[in-house]
Amino acid sequence: MKTVASFEIKYQQHLDPEGHLTQKKLPKFAENRDELLKMYRMMSFVRVFDTKSIALQRTGQLGTYASCLGHEATHVGIGAAMQPEDAFFPMYREYGAQFWRGVKPHEVLLFWGGDERGNNFSGPQHDFAWAVPIATQFHHAAGAALAFKLRGEKRVAVSVIGDGGTSQGDFYESLNAAGAYQLPVVFVISNNQWAISVPLSAQTACATLAQKAIAGGIEGIQVDGNDIIAVRDIMEYALDKARTGKGPTLVEALTYRISDHTTADDATRYRDKHEVDDAKKKEPLIRIRKYLMDSGAWDQQQEDKLLAECAAQMDTEVQLYKDAGKPPVESMFDHMFANLPESLVAQRDAAVAEGQHHG
Amino acid sequence: MAKVAMVEAITQALAYELEHDPAVVVLGEDVGVNGGVFRATSGLQQRFGKQRVMDTPLAEALIAGMSIGMAAMGMKPVAEIQFSGFIYPAVDQMINHAGRLRTRTRGRLHVPMVLRAPSGGGIHAPEHHSESNEALFAHMPGIRTVMPSSPARAYGLLLAAIRDPDPVVFLEPTRLYRMNKQEVEDNGEALPLDTCFVLREGGDVTLVSWGAMIHETLQAAAKLAEQGVKCEVIDLATVSPIDFETILESVEKTGRLVIIHEAPKNCGVGAEIAATVAEKAIYSLKAPIERVTGYDIPMPLFKLEHDYMPSVERVMQGIRKALEA
Repeated sequence: MKTVASFEIKYQQHLDPEGHLTQKKLPKFAENRDELLKMYRMMSFVRVFDTKSIALQRTGQLGTYASCLGHEATHVGIGAAMQPEDAFFPMYREYGAQFWRGVKPHEVLLFWGGDERGNNFSGPQHDFAWAVPIATQFHHAAGAALAFKLRGEKRVAVSVIGDGGTSQGDFYESLNAAGAYQLPVVFVISNNQWAISVPLSAQTACATLAQKAIAGGIEGIQVDGNDIIAVRDIMEYALDKARTGKGPTLVEALTYRISDHTTADDATRYRDKHEVDDAKKKEPLIRIRKYLMDSGAWDQQQEDKLLAECAAQMDTEVQLYKDAGKPPVESMFDHMFANLPESLVAQRDAAVAEGQHHG
Repeated sequence: MAKVAMVEAITQALAYELEHDPAVVVLGEDVGVNGGVFRATSGLQQRFGKQRVMDTPLAEALIAGMSIGMAAMGMKPVAEIQFSGFIYPAVDQMINHAGRLRTRTRGRLHVPMVLRAPSGGGIHAPEHHSESNEALFAHMPGIRTVMPSSPARAYGLLLAAIRDPDPVVFLEPTRLYRMNKQEVEDNGEALPLDTCFVLREGGDVTLVSWGAMIHETLQAAAKLAEQGVKCEVIDLATVSPIDFETILESVEKTGRLVIIHEAPKNCGVGAEIAATVAEKAIYSLKAPIERVTGYDIPMPLFKLEHDYMPSVERVMQGIRKALEA
């Protein structure tokens, strides 16, 4: 037999867990300290947001919440690399990317607080709301990318999926279509090693998830998802490639879900503490903070000030969330269709009348 | 004016919208060079190009999901599912996203897409090609389900579906694709959605049907007319949401209701019509409501399909039962 095709998967990292550069040449954006600080500030805010959101859930002030603890570099790196005219198709914990794009923290709280007004968020109005049914969002991104391509627009669709999502048929179908149509789309796997209680080793026999791109005939790249410089670097590469008509990319960001799957989950039932302790040493904020401090761009005083600012900003957002109250009953009906059918008008009226008894 | 069959009327409607609205794109399996397995998109790619009439990879969830993404970005995709039994992978996308996106984003995003699919039996097709699954879609909030029963209604309702700013599942009875040609003026005039069509007026009994079964229903009505029975025949057309005003008005006049559909009886659209008529007009009824439907079994292969589908005789029996009670 002879080899008729062979493939390789590249891995990108700039900052190791100790905050040391692993390559001599930095991407252009990383030579700009202000740019790095902007991303670091956002990552820090996301951490504060996450801690506070879990506390809100634990005290009965928020519904089930999906934590993003440990994913800050992946999420902020995606957001920072995108343009406002690009379209984002998240799963349900990519707050860092969404905040960067203009979504307000209290809007995320509204969603997890059981209020659909949270899906009518700020930022680019074409961005999709969260996709809870796993992997379905990849099709929407492929469709948006197809629309951009057909209209000749220099826009890119970006979607995120988890490691468990790569087992879904939708995942493969989208990759395949993106390859067949050469769509301007970037698919990101946020590989946090766990799909609720199922570890990656039980999810797949693949050595990497990036290699799943090969089956779709598109490029797959693995990146250290806890390294904000590497994530943004690879996202900028993939976005530029898509924008200039050179086709889709699958990016696998290696990270770790330090938290439970959601606040309704208890990861101690299935996960070894030592694994989590080890992951905490490699989490994304430590290394970028150390790098910034070592290079003289940041100090403890600035750090303390930033955390105080983040806490104050979060307090304001929590207040906005609490002040929003309950949405009006009729809002369940008012956006069902552009024009409400007669049969729904009667149901709407009945629900509104009933709602007056609920207060 | 040349007479056209339903499949040609559908092609004409697609061509009209492709020509007049640059946002419209036709996509699906084999819809390009091949013109679709039923030829509903015949000649469209040659006329409008590969950017407007696109073959897709063979993946129904992708076809529906990608259409949602395109629609939310301002296009008007008209997607074709090849056979009725192949539509189920697309159901996830339709129920979880197409029907929800407008309401869950409070109107920020919406999905002006049409999912066309063949429907029903009677054409000696292989397994999984003859299902009647309109009740499945009728149960999904946020989606319109439409079934035409003639070339003219296929033309006008498809135009309306494409122009509607919300998702429409457009189920085309394969048995009618090449049956009963009629003159259809290709003038771009849409017919109203959410509206029944009264095809025959009469004061003795109301017959409600849709899709291919309209033809058995009309034949039964014609035969009974010879015996002096005056049937009112209503084509539901938009299967969801239902135009109950027209149905209730008719039942209040006739006092008798027979519902005819090809799909299984259990939780079929007929059950919803019967329940609503019972709720709103039970005192107008002179007899129990009759349903003449397919059986609650998988659609049989074609040697038995005509034993499954309601025949003119079965429809007449149902009507007589309603009249004699």
